[in-house]
Amino acid sequence: MIKIFILPTFLFFSLVTHAQNCNLSLKGYVIDLHDNSVLENASVKLENTSLYAISNNKGFFIIEGICPGEYEVTISHINCKSLTKQINIETNTEKNFSLEHHLQSLNEVLIKGELYNIEDKSTISAQISHETIDQFSNATLGDALSTLPGVSSLNTGNTIVKPVIQGLHSSRVLIINNNVRMEDQQWGVDHAPNIDINSAANITVIKGSSALEYGGDAIGGVIIAEPQKAPVKDTLMGKTILTGASNGRGGNLSTNLIKAYESGLYFKAQGSIKRLGDLEAPDYILSNTGVEEQNMAIGLGLNKIKYGFDVFYSRFDTEIGILRASHIGNVSDLVRAINSQEPSFINDFTYDINSPKQDVVHQLLKVNTFKKFSNFGQLDVQYAYQNNRRKEFDIRRGDRSGIPALDLELQTHNLITKLKYDKFENFSTKVGIELTYQDNFANPDTGVRRLIPDYEMYKVAGFWTANYDHSDNLFFNAGIRYDFTHIDAQKFYFQSRWDERNYQDDFADIIVEDFGTQLLTNPVFDYHNFSANLGVQYNFKAWEWNTNIGTASRAPNPSELFSDGLHHSIANIEIGDLRIDSEQSYKVSTQVKRQFNRWQFDISAYYNFIDDYILLEPGGIEQTIRGAFPVFEYRQTNARLFGVDVNVGYQFSDEASFNSTFAYINGEDTSRNRPLISMPPVNWQNSLNYKIQQWHNLSLLLSSQMVFEQMRFPDDNFTTPILNPDTGDFEETLVDISQPPEAYHLMNFRAEMPFELSFTELQVALSVNNIFDTSYRSYLNRQRFYADEIGRNFVLQLKLNY
Amino acid sequence: MKTIQFLNPQNFMSNLNLKQLPMKTMKTFQLLAILTVFAFAFTSCSDDDAPQVINEEEVITTMTVTLVDNNGTVKTMSKVDADGDGPLDPIISADDLDANTTYTGSVEFLNQLEDPAEDITAEVAEEDEEHQVFYVPSSNFNVSVQYNDQDANGNPLGLDFTLTTGDASSGTLTVILRHEPIKDAAGVSEGDPTNAGGETDVEAAFEVDIL
Repeated sequence: MIKIFILPTFLFFSLVTHAQNCNLSLKGYVIDLHDNSVLENASVKLENTSLYAISNNKGFFIIEGICPGEYEVTISHINCKSLTKQINIETNTEKNFSLEHHLQSLNEVLIKGELYNIEDKSTISAQISHETIDQFSNATLGDALSTLPGVSSLNTGNTIVKPVIQGLHSSRVLIINNNVRMEDQQWGVDHAPNIDINSAANITVIKGSSALEYGGDAIGGVIIAEPQKAPVKDTLMGKTILTGASNGRGGNLSTNLIKAYESGLYFKAQGSIKRLGDLEAPDYILSNTGVEEQNMAIGLGLNKIKYGFDVFYSRFDTEIGILRASHIGNVSDLVRAINSQEPSFINDFTYDINSPKQDVVHQLLKVNTFKKFSNFGQLDVQYAYQNNRRKEFDIRRGDRSGIPALDLELQTHNLITKLKYDKFENFSTKVGIELTYQDNFANPDTGVRRLIPDYEMYKVAGFWTANYDHSDNLFFNAGIRYDFTHIDAQKFYFQSRWDERNYQDDFADIIVEDFGTQLLTNPVFDYHNFSANLGVQYNFKAWEWNTNIGTASRAPNPSELFSDGLHHSIANIEIGDLRIDSEQSYKVSTQVKRQFNRWQFDISAYYNFIDDYILLEPGGIEQTIRGAFPVFEYRQTNARLFGVDVNVGYQFSDEASFNSTFAYINGEDTSRNRPLISMPPVNWQNSLNYKIQQWHNLSLLLSSQMVFEQMRFPDDNFTTPILNPDTGDFEETLVDISQPPEAYHLMNFRAEMPFELSFTELQVALSVNNIFDTSYRSYLNRQRFYADEIGRNFVLQLKLNY
Repeated sequence: MKTIQFLNPQNFMSNLNLKQLPMKTMKTFQLLAILTVFAFAFTSCSDDDAPQVINEEEVITTMTVTLVDNNGTVKTMSKVDADGDGPLDPIISADDLDANTTYTGSVEFLNQLEDPAEDITAEVAEEDEEHQVFYVPSSNFNVSVQYNDQDANGNPLGLDFTLTTGDASSGTLTVILRHEPIKDAAGVSEGDPTNAGGETDVEAAFEVDIL
């Protein structure tokens, strides 16, 4: 794959044409370096000529009638330091300029310690804007992220949505929310990130592990959600979004408020409530898929140029109904579900949420402080405490449905210290130490054996990163990181499971007590993980080329080590293994970006080789009193993934534009020569945007999403005798759990109109998702055996900015 | 209480070598470090005790079908899975039945992981509307089953039944306990589980000879 991209890059390098007429143009945007907002009234001047332009309210400028040649361009803005750049204009050129604020106005944009700012220019990343976030106000983080090329989602129903970055998810994707690495039992494929999407103002996805200061185990990537920054001036600002949806017959209300003072002091508050009833597929109601969510966050802080602090508390509370029909007893029930094409429970619409359901509360308390030193750099210290309480309710006998079948409390303390040295303009370096203590408590009152045992985990990590700007168009970054993990668990095993796993040979010394049928054991493991990264960015005219080479290492998660039990949602028995060790990935990615006159495109390609990749594989059938179950065991293998993400845009005119994204991924288990399971199928999205200025700035968006059938999948099918109730005989039956669903195509529409009111700006948007009420199932939905995805949905949204 | 050596603030500070930093920052930093150590120490004290063993109450380990003929002769069929959902294979046994005989049948569910064993039958009887036991003979097996009990809605439950054998034959009798079946679906009240839905709590196939 790399070859393919190096070749055109060289081609373009040699295709520099020399026109000799003075009709060239230079255009682009002037951008605020700190928050990527556009700067109006900036002047862009070609020195030693009379040519100049002033940026408009969109930050856009254009200078025409330029003769080919070498120029010195000066960009200036009243609030900013002037910038002078050498630029060679041989063709019509498009270039964006980023300006740094003057010191006296810097405090208006600089608000906090740069604990998690992205400085590595070569990082292969994508961002979603706050407009997109607002559009998804009543949906989830995963839904909003799937609009990006190379990002898809792994769903359980329609409300539990996990982001998948270039084919990887769960423990392989780190989520940094408000500067804190989220510890919300992310190992579970049906555990959605405990983030209120309305609390984020800006979300960045880093594809791959290149951002080492966030963690060394980001084999898939890193998602960084940042809250609204507070300005340093006397102001009260806020935003309220009210969303109503026809599918689920409910909606969402979200409000954000910031009170800030000239002194740098600020207070923040944010809250949202969500209530949806049963969702509806085109042909039936998806019974028990309602959701209820209440989130709040408060914060205060002080921002001076030299120092500052931030104190923050947030609480995320959600109750999610799990499709009633997806709770089954054995393989016969599963076969029945697969063959019937319709859920076995279809009741009337209700807002009630019954078992099976999840009830999760995630709390975060964070204190963060920074101090700058002249001619040296900056020191950041942050302490964060997270409490994640997850309760899962099953269908149970004897009035026990009110008692959770799983009740875990995960507490995480985390202390990060980072020291940045940036005395030189073209070189900066950072070192950091991160200490983590985690305690998991599995409440025994459930009366159900623990899925995840009680454990304590200590982590110590150290990293070093550096950025070097060789010239205006060549940048380097590098980093290394070491993570030490110590896990100390207290796990009960059935004597029979202990024997079946042959643990007696290797782990006889960890047995603490024998309870007859069960053994209490004390597994204690240490893991050492090394990660490293090297990146380079090269800019040539309107081209930008990024390349990253990195290795990342991840210690096994508790589920991979200790899982031991029956999953009612997919009728299988999942078994972890104490012998599992860390996995190590080696990834090369490259990205080419280019802006033409009306065109812009962005192509990235990657190759990821993972040594000792941990995966869940079928390993035979176990008989129980309920009947037969396939057993899935965690094992280690070697894997490789490669793929390409493409984004192309074309501006027809000031009014009309077109955008297309495409993603392909290919995953293979190289030890067993078979495809990896759950790889996202080819996804191709196209959208047409039309703005009518004279109609109150009406904006219309028609989009299409084409998802192809995944043709590469491992064959995990098995045959087992299943009762044919018509004859009473048992028949050898093929249980087809592997075949991905067919391709599907969805159309969506959105119309948006802003209104200037006397005191505020009101934005009204109406969208229709799945316009043709198409019935379809998605390969990356764990409930695809039971029910279709949701049908047509009208969404009305009112947004107030004040 | 565990000692956490790497969190000793003194070592920690000297490792970092931040001596060139101003005193005030040092103090803030040190304070934070110490506070964290306390927080760590506090939580690690809280549940150092050995976790409590969980003997699942709901698990069904044993199903016993008892058949009594008019002469008081008792035949049994049983399926026992000593470790619930664990890896041990269940043990299935069934007595031979006599030809052309009417048996009064009953079924019992036990959880033998508890000591003394818990009788799950009572729970099933109490939640009769949410349960049904199905008896499905294989095609070549001369047996018919009739329900003898009803739930509060007048639908069959299946804890008590009559089993009538025909001429000598051999085949399979499958006994299924379904939780939350749709009792008004077609055929369900006649003992056909095809449209019953719900989830299977017990499924046992008894190979039986009618002699």
